[in-house]
Amino acid sequence: MKKGIKTTKIEDGVFNTFNAIFMTLLVVVTLYPFLNTLAISFNDAADTLKGGIYVWPREWTMFNFRSIFATGFLYHAFFISVSRTVLSTILNLFFTTMLAYTLSRKEYFLRKFITIVFVLTMYFNAGLIPSYFLIKSLGLRGNFLVYIIPTMIGAFNLIVIRTYIKSLPDSMIEAAKIDGAGEFSIFIKIIFPLCKPVLAVVGLFVAVGAWNTWFDTFLYASSEQNLSTLQYELMKLLSTSMQTGTTAAAQFGGKEALSGAGNTVTPQSIRAASTVVAALPILMVYPFLQKYFVVGLNVGSVKE
Amino acid sequence: MAEIRKDIKQSRKFSKVKKNKKLTWKIIKNQKELMFMSVPFLVYIGIFAYAPIWGWLMAFQNYKPGLSILKQQWVGFTQFTNLFSYMGFVQVIRNTVAMSLINLVLGMICPIVLALLINEIKSMYFKRTVQTISYLPHFLSWIIATGIVADVLSTDPAIGIINNLLMNFHIVSEPILFLGIPKLFWGIVGVSTVWKEVGWGTIIYLAAISSIDPALYEAAEIDGAGRFQKMRHITLTGIKSTVIILLIMNIGHILEAGFEIQYFLGNGLVSDYSKTIDIFVLDYGINQFNYSLATAAGIFKSAVSITMLLLANFISGKLSDEKLI
Repeated sequence: MKKGIKTTKIEDGVFNTFNAIFMTLLVVVTLYPFLNTLAISFNDAADTLKGGIYVWPREWTMFNFRSIFATGFLYHAFFISVSRTVLSTILNLFFTTMLAYTLSRKEYFLRKFITIVFVLTMYFNAGLIPSYFLIKSLGLRGNFLVYIIPTMIGAFNLIVIRTYIKSLPDSMIEAAKIDGAGEFSIFIKIIFPLCKPVLAVVGLFVAVGAWNTWFDTFLYASSEQNLSTLQYELMKLLSTSMQTGTTAAAQFGGKEALSGAGNTVTPQSIRAASTVVAALPILMVYPFLQKYFVVGLNVGSVKE
Repeated sequence: MAEIRKDIKQSRKFSKVKKNKKLTWKIIKNQKELMFMSVPFLVYIGIFAYAPIWGWLMAFQNYKPGLSILKQQWVGFTQFTNLFSYMGFVQVIRNTVAMSLINLVLGMICPIVLALLINEIKSMYFKRTVQTISYLPHFLSWIIATGIVADVLSTDPAIGIINNLLMNFHIVSEPILFLGIPKLFWGIVGVSTVWKEVGWGTIIYLAAISSIDPALYEAAEIDGAGRFQKMRHITLTGIKSTVIILLIMNIGHILEAGFEIQYFLGNGLVSDYSKTIDIFVLDYGINQFNYSLATAAGIFKSAVSITMLLLANFISGKLSDEKLI
């Protein structure tokens, strides 16, 4: 009997050790490529070519960042990305929550119908070409609104928020009604403020989606330089440097290999710096919302 | 059991009839404000999700830009037969199904295993750190992620860490151009997707694990169950229904192998293995203006997705009680 307990203890110890080693490896594999990019973005471009940069820069410089923002259009793309993300997130959260509130009211006679109409859109879509024609015929091509309007309400987020509102106590709504409050003021004054946890995570989903996408720019605004987004610029940088091989002179390097006072840029260092600019804003936000993630991923909630 | 079900069905019917009777002008008038807050969005979704279905007519035509959709030449199912007689499309379907199957299998197993292991970490601080870091790649766009993958696999000694490691351990004598080997492409896509999404995938399983009654573990301990037995019989059993629901949801996406990763990592050398349906649609539709053929391919994809979803839903409804719809 005693022996049995001892062996399980040893087994436990071995398991814990291996588990810790595995987790450490996981952390390294996840973080390394990112730290490497970060190090390259802060390292002198010519020095990077010599190799041996891992997670810490050897010759610190801000020149890579200065040169990507010096051209002006990346600065503008950053501005477009920020505005589309902020606007989308605010409008999306407000409208989706408003609709979700009406769908959470059991007595509402259109509740079932509207829910089904929205849920169906999760399982099919009309396809690329018909959607493209729609956007074109609505005059949204080459228009800033193409970034906002087509993605204003998502079915999945709608269901997640509706489920959350359903879990709130009914008594508050009833009390407000007795006091003579209308539906809209109940929504604004009572429901919306109570939805903070679910709005935090849905807001993050929407913001990440809006910030990270490049495809709508590619399809609908590729000819308009002043509507270009950060991710689209990054995509252009990346595809040129991948097609011509990583060390070949690509877009930036070719045009701007300034070898003035020891300051050079290469496609590699430009790409690293742009990646950091494009990734950092989100990476600074998500750890603070981590505790709410589960609220927004409740799959069971899709069930009616 | 059967009787109870019948009862439930009948009572449902009953309540439906009742509801229909109840709908009067008075209700509509009373719920005027709710309607103001929701009907505009019904119109919105009608325009943006349902109206484009009209465009499916293009798949049965020989669409020429410039003419109205009703004045086009009708060709019946010719576009569909063209699609399948074209050898390239069969290859495209093979690539799509292969990569999405790889993603489906790895995308289910890896997060479950990782969730089980994270759950076994005793130190709260270490646990939370591992979780936070494992979520990180999920928040990067595929553009950034594929750039990172290309860097890691690069043949350039200044950045290609994998080749550097292989050379240092004298496993290979020359750097390998990983992204130029057709046979490796599916594997690279699979591993990259796991790298990006595995941490995020654990959230849902960890939530399911945390809702398992701790008394079950205590009871098992008293019965002399070891660590692995507890993991298998209690933890894994406890998250079974979550796993099934996620499986059904994912099977509906069998033709969604992803688009961006193949679009960015694919190149001339591996195009026989990297082209997916979405890339095919983009190539023919947007780049070559063959709208009809591209729409036909899109319809094929939608039809297969919905069929697979209903099938998986039906089978799982038969096997267990887990159903999505």
